[in-house]
Amino acid sequence: MYVAVKGGEKAIDAARRLMDKRRRGAPELPEISLEQIREQLGLAVDRVMAEGSLYAPELAALAVKQAQGDLVEAIFLLRASRAAFPRFGYSLPVDTAAMRVERRISGTWKDLPGGQLLGPTFDYAHRLLDYRLARTQKPEKSVESAESAESAKSAESAEPEAGKPPSTPVPTHAGAAVPTHAAAVPTHAAAVPAHAPTASAAAHAPTSTTTASATPPPADEESLPDCPKAMSVLIEEGLLELEEDDGREPGDITRQPVDFPLDRPERLQNLARSDEGFALALAYSSQRGFGSVHPFVSELRQGAALVEFIPEELGFPVVLGEMEATECETVNQFKGGGETPPVFTRGYGLTFGRNERKALCMAIVDRALRAEELGEEIKGPAQNQEFVFSHSDNVEAAGFVSHIKLPHYVDFQAELSMLRQLRKAKQNDDRGDRI
Amino acid sequence: MTTEETGYNFAYLDEDSKRMIRRAILKAVALPGYQVPFAGREMPMPYGWGTGGIQVTASVIGPDDVLKVIDQGSDDTTNAVSIRSFFAKTAGVATTSRTAEASIIQTRHRIPERPLKSGQIMVYQVPIPEPLRWLEPSEAETRTLHALKEYGLMYVKLYEDISRHGTIASSYDYPVEVFGRHIMSPSPIPRFDNPKLDRSPALHLFGAGREKRIYAIPPYTPARSLDFEDYPFAPQSWSQVCALCGAADSYLDEVVMDDGGQRMFVCSDSDYCASRLEKGGRTQ
Repeated sequence: MYVAVKGGEKAIDAARRLMDKRRRGAPELPEISLEQIREQLGLAVDRVMAEGSLYAPELAALAVKQAQGDLVEAIFLLRASRAAFPRFGYSLPVDTAAMRVERRISGTWKDLPGGQLLGPTFDYAHRLLDYRLARTQKPEKSVESAESAESAKSAESAEPEAGKPPSTPVPTHAGAAVPTHAAAVPTHAAAVPAHAPTASAAAHAPTSTTTASATPPPADEESLPDCPKAMSVLIEEGLLELEEDDGREPGDITRQPVDFPLDRPERLQNLARSDEGFALALAYSSQRGFGSVHPFVSELRQGAALVEFIPEELGFPVVLGEMEATECETVNQFKGGGETPPVFTRGYGLTFGRNERKALCMAIVDRALRAEELGEEIKGPAQNQEFVFSHSDNVEAAGFVSHIKLPHYVDFQAELSMLRQLRKAKQNDDRGDRI
Repeated sequence: MTTEETGYNFAYLDEDSKRMIRRAILKAVALPGYQVPFAGREMPMPYGWGTGGIQVTASVIGPDDVLKVIDQGSDDTTNAVSIRSFFAKTAGVATTSRTAEASIIQTRHRIPERPLKSGQIMVYQVPIPEPLRWLEPSEAETRTLHALKEYGLMYVKLYEDISRHGTIASSYDYPVEVFGRHIMSPSPIPRFDNPKLDRSPALHLFGAGREKRIYAIPPYTPARSLDFEDYPFAPQSWSQVCALCGAADSYLDEVVMDDGGQRMFVCSDSDYCASRLEKGGRTQ
């Protein structure tokens, strides 16, 4: 009986082994590779990198595999590894304006320098289960894949066409579901389901009439047109609040103890690694009226940005590599009054990888959290920085919520005897009343 | 120092992180009962499962230490086994289940029955370090209340307990006033254990990993369980004795024996029970 409370190392080991067996699944099926996860479950990998606060696609893919697809668990794995890595220093600020964009849209301007670039997105797809994906596509040249390779080639040969003005200003969503490198590597395209290989090169073509005619057709990814920030137009006119570097060294929530109230850099760091579901719920609550942020998306861009670092011994920046990122900038209600003329205010979101939903939510919550600074009434949880900061991290939240699975015999016993004692006292009182 | 088996630093944490945590501990010892914020690290165990205690232990442990880990008073509960094997693996230190032999005792929810000695370090895993949290949810507010020694809220809560239930209805995590200054959460130990904190010869360190706070009761420091003159503090007591060793002075776990409501009461502190049995205490 008493033995039941003993866990024992053997039982723990057995539990671990069972979990590993479940991870492997049916042994007659081939084991999934990290490359497959990275290439074919890329959005899972991206989410794990963003919330795991570590840009490492291979490690994130490993975490997804090890966690058996439980992304919160995978995020935890990556975060715990990250904590044990040595820290060499901070990179230079990433210049997102110079990003090699793969997707860039603006909700405030019909057209703008750099154009609207739909890129890879679910946005324009009908959410119908694609039964063709249920069949495994063989990488070898079967009849079907030869066909799709053929159509990918034809798309490639049609590439110069893609740069010419399309018949309508907004192109079809063709190419949206195709990896962008499909055109460059036709054999790769063979592995892509056959439903979408049409005009995959269009994914990188400028999409509005004006810019398309103004720029030469892109021969490769390097020669995309310049894509300045959509915000810059408003800034020139003075319609947008200015955000300038005040020269203060930002805090680092992973290295320094936090103290409320937090500055915006710390809040943004927290939001960038916050749980996507939590950020989504907060952003939604704010849009519905618990905080009343209902912004315009000035710009949402996704692509690759350079990460530069100045090693102490060199004293000049070296490029460490490219990093995929998603950035969202929102334009919000005016501020001003009295002496200052009214201006639009801003919200900002930035995440690793392709994480559009998260970047958008982050920008909304960032703006909501500026309530105090902008003299707005705090009406909803999304505006309360202590509420947001303390509950947004899913590693913390999942750990604490799940800890109640641990034994609590001692405290429960304490409550039990307390309750018995209180009830006994009450019964005695009642008896006393009757006498 | 790297243990070859794991590839991690001695006791897992890197030396910079340990130094940062030791600085927080020194500050905590200098300000008994004050919650020192520290930049907690993610550990390879979930938050809420002892990461604060683990970071404190990792920062104070040395190769010559002897570690004991208990959860609910027992060395054999799953989480205690897990944490003990973590340090056995990453630090290669000796471990023990015997309270008397341990130089560091990491615990969740209990203080051993055997009186602690000078030189021993108790490390507590703390879920919610803020004793005022249930009364005031904002951290900014509660830190101000501590700074001003404004504890009226807490005394009103205790008073309301008495007016509603006739007694102070906190059975565990019962707040203490340390060194006449800070009100402190002793972590969710039963109030039975509270008197063991008062003027204890051991150093008591409290680590809250998720909330990123460290606090301490240095050796021989007064830690008074809050009460009123006419409603003095009283720890739990039992009419039963331990069914295994016959101890009448230990905290008892209630074990359900059958569907008919049969109960058995046994020591929560498994080392205490076992050592009494060894010495020829009552057996069944």
